[in-house]
Amino acid sequence: MSRILSQTKSAAVNPLKSSQPLGAALAFLGVEGAMPLFHGSQGCTSFALVLLVRHFKEAIPLQTTAMDEVTTILGGADNLEEAILNIKARTKPKLIGVCTTALVETRGEDTAGDVADIRLKRAQDLPGTEIVLANTPDFEGAIEEGWAKAVTAMIERLTRPGEQVRQSKKIAILPGWNLTVADIEHLRDMIENFGLEPVILPDVSGSLDGTVPERWVATTYGGTSVEGIRELGTAQYCIAIGEHMRRSAEVLRKVTGVPYVLFQSLTGLKSTDRFASLLSAISGEPVPAGVRRRRAQLQDALLDGHFHFGGKKIAIAAEPDQLYQLATFFIGMGCEIAAAVTTTDMSKILEKVPAQSVQIGDLGDLETLGANADLLVTHSHGRQAAERLGIPLMRVGFPVFDRLGSQHKPTILYQGTRDLVFEVANIFQANRQAPTHDELYPLGKRETPDGPRPPPLTRP
Amino acid sequence: MSSLSAKIQDVFNEPACDKNRGKDAKARKQGCAKPLTPGAAAGGCAFDGAKIVLQPITDVAHLVHGPLACEGNSWDNRGSASSGPTLWRTSFTTDLAALDIVMGQGERKLFKAIRQIKQAHAPPAIFVYSTCVTALIGDDIEAVCKRAGEKFGLAVVPVNAPGLAGSKNLGNKLAGEALLEHVIGTVEPDDAGPHDINILGEFNLSGEFWLVKPLLDRLGIRVRACIPGDARYIDVASAHRARAAMVVCSTALINLARKMEERWDIPFFEGSFYGITDTSEALRNIAELLVRKGADRQILDRTETLIAQEEAIAWKKLEAFRPRLQGKRVLLNTGGVKSWSVVHALTEIGIEIVGTSVKKSTLEDKERIKQILKDDNHMFEQMPARDLYAMLSEQKADIMLSGGRTQFIALKAKTPWLDINQERQHPYAGYDGMVELVRQIDLAIHNPIWHQVREPAPWDCQADVKDELQGTESEAATLHAAEEFAGPTAGDFGEC
Repeated sequence: MSRILSQTKSAAVNPLKSSQPLGAALAFLGVEGAMPLFHGSQGCTSFALVLLVRHFKEAIPLQTTAMDEVTTILGGADNLEEAILNIKARTKPKLIGVCTTALVETRGEDTAGDVADIRLKRAQDLPGTEIVLANTPDFEGAIEEGWAKAVTAMIERLTRPGEQVRQSKKIAILPGWNLTVADIEHLRDMIENFGLEPVILPDVSGSLDGTVPERWVATTYGGTSVEGIRELGTAQYCIAIGEHMRRSAEVLRKVTGVPYVLFQSLTGLKSTDRFASLLSAISGEPVPAGVRRRRAQLQDALLDGHFHFGGKKIAIAAEPDQLYQLATFFIGMGCEIAAAVTTTDMSKILEKVPAQSVQIGDLGDLETLGANADLLVTHSHGRQAAERLGIPLMRVGFPVFDRLGSQHKPTILYQGTRDLVFEVANIFQANRQAPTHDELYPLGKRETPDGPRPPPLTRP
Repeated sequence: MSSLSAKIQDVFNEPACDKNRGKDAKARKQGCAKPLTPGAAAGGCAFDGAKIVLQPITDVAHLVHGPLACEGNSWDNRGSASSGPTLWRTSFTTDLAALDIVMGQGERKLFKAIRQIKQAHAPPAIFVYSTCVTALIGDDIEAVCKRAGEKFGLAVVPVNAPGLAGSKNLGNKLAGEALLEHVIGTVEPDDAGPHDINILGEFNLSGEFWLVKPLLDRLGIRVRACIPGDARYIDVASAHRARAAMVVCSTALINLARKMEERWDIPFFEGSFYGITDTSEALRNIAELLVRKGADRQILDRTETLIAQEEAIAWKKLEAFRPRLQGKRVLLNTGGVKSWSVVHALTEIGIEIVGTSVKKSTLEDKERIKQILKDDNHMFEQMPARDLYAMLSEQKADIMLSGGRTQFIALKAKTPWLDINQERQHPYAGYDGMVELVRQIDLAIHNPIWHQVREPAPWDCQADVKDELQGTESEAATLHAAEEFAGPTAGDFGEC
């Protein structure tokens, strides 16, 4: 069990977090015909928008209630109403996902009450448009919490309550935010291979997969349908991926009685085996040949790749579930976790992270704790630390703005794990230093018998 | 907040602003803040604007006092270049949590954060930015900065521009006010000379000021302070000893220029380093202002000689692009064309301007656009995304030049696009910068991908071939058809 170390600094140095409303917006972006709306000043939206665009290289639908000094003092209900009506008139969305920000939450706005009033008062103006609210102040949590709150809010608001007739082949999937577009596509393929029909919420593979639609769409152009969310109660089972999705799965069970299974990670041979066995049990089908072949490919990748991993020291900074996912992957390959840094202390998964301690902190902490690591693993903002330390950087999570295609990289199931093995092994191979006389000089090592890496002595 | 309101009124009433001068008294009193439409607004807030203007000062620690999003979602996203210190790229924020806000610990945390930065980095100055939440809970950042500055013995500069105060542009101006109030004039240089100038509102994006500075060096002109691009704190603090100033991005820092003229008698002009004739004009204006302030008249001749040489080289280089770019249609969709001479240089080599946004343009600007475009139908305030997409899809322009905000409208409409705003990758200032801009337009328009992405998939347009293929019975015929499909290039197939 790892020790969780809380933050003691007053100034965060090079933040690791992206904000909670951004995470909520990301979840709403996985719904078809959606428009996320930040209830705050327009900078809140502008910053999140720019960051999402830099990561996805896509036009991102995201709007603001544009709170200013006056509305902050008088209250934001009118702005919220005007924003919703304007969005409805201009883009005709099927869902408006309201995410609150630090500004309105500090002010103490009753946004839930305001949204309820607007739904009631403006019912005739808003046919065919659902309004879902996630309370996501920036001064709490990060992407993970925001994403989970939005998914939970959608289930609470939209899913038809009560026990319903279950469709034996239908599976509800609640993926965590750290799954890429490629992961979602893989997940769907694998489930369909067993003859099952997945409904995935949110489904960013339909909306943020970087295609070129035939016409201009102001909202999201794909994703989970609102109808699909309504009908989640007809699923046979629910599978949630990531500890942060537990609450959403529990709410679904409470509302509809659909039982759930939670996978804390789907990366690695063992957890994928468990997943495949579960699908086999639910469907009553044997594991298909294609899946078996992927498993064999992963076995081979582990055999070929492990030479590059053994004894390597890895420093990871990521949101809790992703930290767990990656740390267990690296441990499973024979690495050590030299540093584990995360965003918030609210997740139960943290104590299961296979590291001596988990620091709640920022990239400044990663730079300090990971100074002697062989590999830094975090998002693109880690590039400055990697450069200063002269340690290679593996880019994961959000935002990745200085490399293309991060959404199309699989990271889960047999295939994603196989690709991760290759990616990391290739980074190590690309950064391998040729042996030098000074480094190997045996007599120099005598002076520091315990030091893992003696400083090279200069020859007189 | 009352002093903030007064300051906002003050910067809105800017006598040196062209746009402001064009208004009547009533309109002027309303200020330049356009009311924002909830649900249909775009653009940054005042905090964003203030940080943009100040952050490129390279050896300063920039500390954002607020909850995470203000800094966490926005750091490390600008392409200003530094010739030395890198501290400006390190992000500092007090990252206020719920408890800090509820318990009113914001000011304490800020004070400790300043100490932490002082101890770890010992910068010459720390700039502290207020945000919506800290303004709302009433944290007195000016008092904390004052106290911390005294206690730790360094300059701690409060930048009071919370997001809810207004637009990005307002924030630009409030940043200028902060420099004026707390920085400029606080250090006396010991090397002031007759050829010292300030450049205001130059961000050194992609290092582009380094395409201009050598020209000034050649003329014996010293840049005392370039604010903010590649600036050091001490440059800014001693900027009041320059003899003349040039304002590059006038909407952002005109108030700073005018007040520096009032206070320290530094005459200024508004100019641009974008485009050939504008670059020449800027060099001329700088030389003339310096002569007016007592510099040797010889500098005027030196300037003319340099301009003649550089212009001749640049035009010759541009001429080489004429055969490839003549008749190409450019859509300019930026906040306001910042330099007429870019348009001039483009039209000079045969490029047509088929439309331009005039959202931020003055009346005078609009007159000039009419003259250049000969048709004011091509002017638009702001084009909705859908219309812009339609226009580009119908291939009414060969390329769009704009900022990142509309990038994907062009790309999804399968139209070449070039970034001419702050995230751009290439330097466009000065004579060589103009040539680079034209080269980038050429590269974008003539990239071979456009043919590939615009062609529909073969099965969507070659219905007859497909039918034929399905209808063939014999193996030989199938093989023949397959070979045809495997032909050397997609271009071998007929037009769809």
